[in-house]
Amino acid sequence: MPTHRIEVAMKRDLPDPAGEALCARVQEDLEIRVESARVIDVYTLNAALSEEELERVRAELFTDPIIQDSAVDRSLAFDYDCLVEVGFLPGVTDNVGRSALEGVQDTLGRNLAPGEGVYKSTAYALSGVDRETASRVASGLLANELIEQFVVKTEAEMKTLDGTPLLALPVVTQQSDATVGEIALDLSDAELVALSRDRMLALDLEEMRVIRDYYARPEMRASREKAGLPAAPTDIELEILAQTWSEHCKHKIFNALIAYEDETGHRQIDSLFKTYIKGVTDEVAKRVPWLVSVFEDNAGIIQFDGAHVFALKAETHNSPSALDPYGGAMTGIVGVNRDVLGAGLGFQCIFNTDVFCVGSPFYTGEIPPRLQHPKRVLRGVHSGVRDGGNQSGIPDLNGAIVFHERFLGKPLVFCGTGGISPAVVGGKPVSEKAARPGDVIVMTGGRIGKDGIHGATFSSEALHEGSPATAVQIGDPITQKKMADFLLEARDLGLYTCITDDGAGGLSSSIGEMARKPGGAAVHLDKAPLKYAGLAPWEIFLSEAQERMTLAVPPDCLDGFMDLARRREVEATALGEFTNTGRLECYFEGSLIAALDMDFLHDGLPRMHLEARLESVQAAPELLLPGDANDLTSDLLAVLGSLNVCSKESFVRMYDHEVLGQSVLKQFQGIRHEGPGDAGVIKPVSGSERGLAVSCGICPKYSDLDAYAMAACAVDEAVRNLVAVGAGLGNIAGLDNFCWPDPVQSASTPDGRHKLAQLVRSCEALYDVCLAYDIPLISGKDSMKNDYRIGDTKISIPPTLLFTAVAMLEDVRKVVSMDVKGAGHAVYVLGETGDEMGGSEYLALRGQSGANAPQVSPLSARALYERLHRAVNAGLVASCHDVSDGGLGVALAESAFAGGYGMTVTLSPLGVENGVIAVFSESQSRFVVTVRPEHTAAFEATLDGSPWYRVGETSLEPVLRVICGDGKMLNAELSVLRDAWKNTLDW
Amino acid sequence: MTVKAVVLTGFGINCDNETHRAFCRAGADASRVHLNDLIEHLELLDQAHILAIPGGFSFGDHIASGKVLANRLRHKLGGPLERFVAGGKLVIGICNGFQVMVKMGLLPLFDGAFTQEVTLAWNNTCRFENRWVHLGTAPDTACVWLKDIEQLPLPVRHGEGKFIARDGAVLQRLLDNHQVALRYIRPDGTAAAGEFPYNPNGAADDIAGICDPSGRIFGLMPHPEGFQDRENHPEWTRLPLQAEGAGLQVFRNAVEFARKEL
Repeated sequence: MPTHRIEVAMKRDLPDPAGEALCARVQEDLEIRVESARVIDVYTLNAALSEEELERVRAELFTDPIIQDSAVDRSLAFDYDCLVEVGFLPGVTDNVGRSALEGVQDTLGRNLAPGEGVYKSTAYALSGVDRETASRVASGLLANELIEQFVVKTEAEMKTLDGTPLLALPVVTQQSDATVGEIALDLSDAELVALSRDRMLALDLEEMRVIRDYYARPEMRASREKAGLPAAPTDIELEILAQTWSEHCKHKIFNALIAYEDETGHRQIDSLFKTYIKGVTDEVAKRVPWLVSVFEDNAGIIQFDGAHVFALKAETHNSPSALDPYGGAMTGIVGVNRDVLGAGLGFQCIFNTDVFCVGSPFYTGEIPPRLQHPKRVLRGVHSGVRDGGNQSGIPDLNGAIVFHERFLGKPLVFCGTGGISPAVVGGKPVSEKAARPGDVIVMTGGRIGKDGIHGATFSSEALHEGSPATAVQIGDPITQKKMADFLLEARDLGLYTCITDDGAGGLSSSIGEMARKPGGAAVHLDKAPLKYAGLAPWEIFLSEAQERMTLAVPPDCLDGFMDLARRREVEATALGEFTNTGRLECYFEGSLIAALDMDFLHDGLPRMHLEARLESVQAAPELLLPGDANDLTSDLLAVLGSLNVCSKESFVRMYDHEVLGQSVLKQFQGIRHEGPGDAGVIKPVSGSERGLAVSCGICPKYSDLDAYAMAACAVDEAVRNLVAVGAGLGNIAGLDNFCWPDPVQSASTPDGRHKLAQLVRSCEALYDVCLAYDIPLISGKDSMKNDYRIGDTKISIPPTLLFTAVAMLEDVRKVVSMDVKGAGHAVYVLGETGDEMGGSEYLALRGQSGANAPQVSPLSARALYERLHRAVNAGLVASCHDVSDGGLGVALAESAFAGGYGMTVTLSPLGVENGVIAVFSESQSRFVVTVRPEHTAAFEATLDGSPWYRVGETSLEPVLRVICGDGKMLNAELSVLRDAWKNTLDW
Repeated sequence: MTVKAVVLTGFGINCDNETHRAFCRAGADASRVHLNDLIEHLELLDQAHILAIPGGFSFGDHIASGKVLANRLRHKLGGPLERFVAGGKLVIGICNGFQVMVKMGLLPLFDGAFTQEVTLAWNNTCRFENRWVHLGTAPDTACVWLKDIEQLPLPVRHGEGKFIARDGAVLQRLLDNHQVALRYIRPDGTAAAGEFPYNPNGAADDIAGICDPSGRIFGLMPHPEGFQDRENHPEWTRLPLQAEGAGLQVFRNAVEFARKEL
């Protein structure tokens, strides 16, 4: 097959902003000076095209005649020393290449032949660098060698360029492989453990023994012989069991029997999930009437109004993001979108949330093997979420970026999505789904490749030297967008009875789950559409290739479903049918290759028994350095600029905040649209003023001091963010995402008991605070092996709970933003300020952790939240901002500069003598509120009974002045405060 | 008379819901139509008075923003679109839709020819950004979509929105023909003069939108469908604003014009 190369670049006489940005990035990240860079898009056409056809696609499709030059089989690079070309490795999704193929076919008016294709690569013409330096730029910045290949050429070498590709065509050339292996389990314990490890099954000895014994049963041997199956499990059977029983899918730790011990005594916990998470939801369900489906589906579902239901889900994608930040995070966001698209009979996604936990981007130490610098990780995950969300047309509503040194070992990438649907579609409740025997199993969306094989088991392990590159996937938001549009149409036409997404575990997981209700399934894996030949049957079933959903389509709807799919250019393939045989059966080319009892598959997993013992924390003595005599101004500026406090605007602005046109409160508020909002608010139903507010809370900095406080503060932070915009308790639903270091005691985890005890304490806090605030947990997820272990280096993340909260608002026209609205308004601090400097940003800047982590008093907080809600509802509040990281000084400064009005504040009414504590303590359940003078009396009357302190007044003069009880003070112009807050991450 | 509006969907278009809503609120009988259905049922286009190409990421903005969809429209719907335009009907392209229109030559439509004369290049910041901008209608514009609108605030949400004309002659011709419709301005109404963030992308002459010589075919980078309600505005909690968002007037103008003229 002939290949041709089409190069496209900015015209010579025009500047190349992408090249200029690249030079700056290389200088900043790698400290390498590149004199100039020009970026060239390269399309390799591996197709039999005539010269005329080539010329036509070059001119019409690939070139913007206003600003670009292009050439066929000739280089456009000029005045350079080295050219780096980067392209994908074989088998990696090439989204641009695929769109280009469609464009070529449109232009030529004919389809290309099978095997012909278009492949995208990018060339960088660099001047001022030698070959060795160019290679460093390539491997350090331009290419991720896990998914990309690169080549470096000098200008002299490029002179001989013709149509021959510089890089190997990214085509997988393998023969099809129908081999089904048998795996003997008649092994010693040590051999069973080795087998689990070598095949990446992530099963422990007890689990391996249960599987061995299952196959050893005489009746099992007889029935297998009759079915024509070997006595030993086939490779696909063992893989299905390992995936279904993975920590990722079965949440073994959350369902374990735990013997817990701390200084107050012993107790036994029969499942953290049942005791605390489901436990609190069951209690609260007695008081809130709007729960529809919790813990059963891909996402939690609640009643939004009389005619609509709302679904919420958040997930993590930590392990893939550690290896490939961009691809890992993108598949995180588009993956959680599919959870909502596959909840009930399907919901339209209406917002995304995203929270990243990473190491400091300014880290200067050694980067351990296989890890990437936190700056590169942050840029990558941000770009992945940005492209995934923006291209899917789903607005980003809320999120956070959290920095901690131990996230160097594994970044956490949380992605959440909310969705809405009519409560009834096609005469049926949208929240009810069930495949029936005889329904056809249909897979829609993308094709299957080797990408993402073993993702479920991989994420159930620490990151180690053998962590597989195949665990990485690249998302394709446009394929998914087409599929989502199509599925919502099919839903409204009533063309299917059940739907679920293909996420972790792929078809094995989706079909295995959907087959529970009908009681079995028969799958013909040779019918599955593949990206390329060469996948063994078990790989087809386990692949986590993206953008796929599995549906149950009644036979009489199949033609209509397939016809609509064709018209929407969405691939849909019937793979078999659901049955009531009690077995999950897989066939390949007519032969039975797997038959697993549904009961054993789903309920055969032995329960874990774990030990937890809370060690008392030896906290460093607290030191309050007096700072610069009495003046706290420079301390406040430093805290405003600290990583966990400073503005994240340069990241967040790159997300689309308001596609769908439902936006009510955005991330940035105030006169310059730069003040940090507390919660995002939308009105999701056209013509209705009913709204949703969305927020999050996450406080890993308190974990080492007090895991209970860490979780309690996370819940409180999320809730007070909602209350700050006007939400009321009783209308708030929560979602928990636990990310933990391995909490199972072992030789490599000698402190597993303590980490498990921290998990127990966090669950207790979650239960206590949610119960007090009437918050049901409608969905959640855990990720339990967030450790890095290579050689002697072990890095475990700080135990982390992300709490996502969503409130239903009666009338969005009543919500309040955080910016001060005028001069002469009274300034109030609500809630109690105490000596709770442990984990504070103030102490962190001094390299100390302190001792007293903030504690939540849920009953008094509840009373305050109810009163504040009444005040907002009555229109008495001009601005409201929650007090969190950095303390009161930060909240005052942010409210002031967001509104463009100064403040003069005296903190002595708070009853805290020490000014450092008053300004920088991070006590929970507090707000800064401003009130117009005509409303102060009514406001104070409404708040009476809860702690409120009138501390000052707003002013036209753009200066923040704070005087503390002990005479400490601060005094700064708003522009100075704002710059301190904005400059740190102004990338 | 019922004014019929067709709002295009499919292949990564993602502002179709709110664009459809805007036309409905403006009094049109609007429907969302998938591109493949439109190609299959050309009568849907023939019966419509207004065609909207909404914002989004058609085909992922691969190759260049709007390029692959522009290419498909030209090859699969070129003739019917020429008929539609020749019939004096109205077209709006918003953000990605504007990119599609300029790349297939549906704008600026000098002498009725589908030729690319201008482009929308990467923003000077090289970034996709979502921010609100102030816009001023060019006083002499022929654009019927902007009747009685002097200024309006709208969100921009794009990475490739920097307006560039092929050369000075093209830009002059746009000005002479009154085809420059909308410009980025400063909050006080004076020219943005290229200054970021008032001009968010570095567009030549601060141009945010252009129309064809008849004023009926209009493309713009900002999102008028993104400001249908007061609450969409980022400062609505501090400003006295009308309950109806200012963006809706753009759609009302078109529906009104179609009702009178078509």
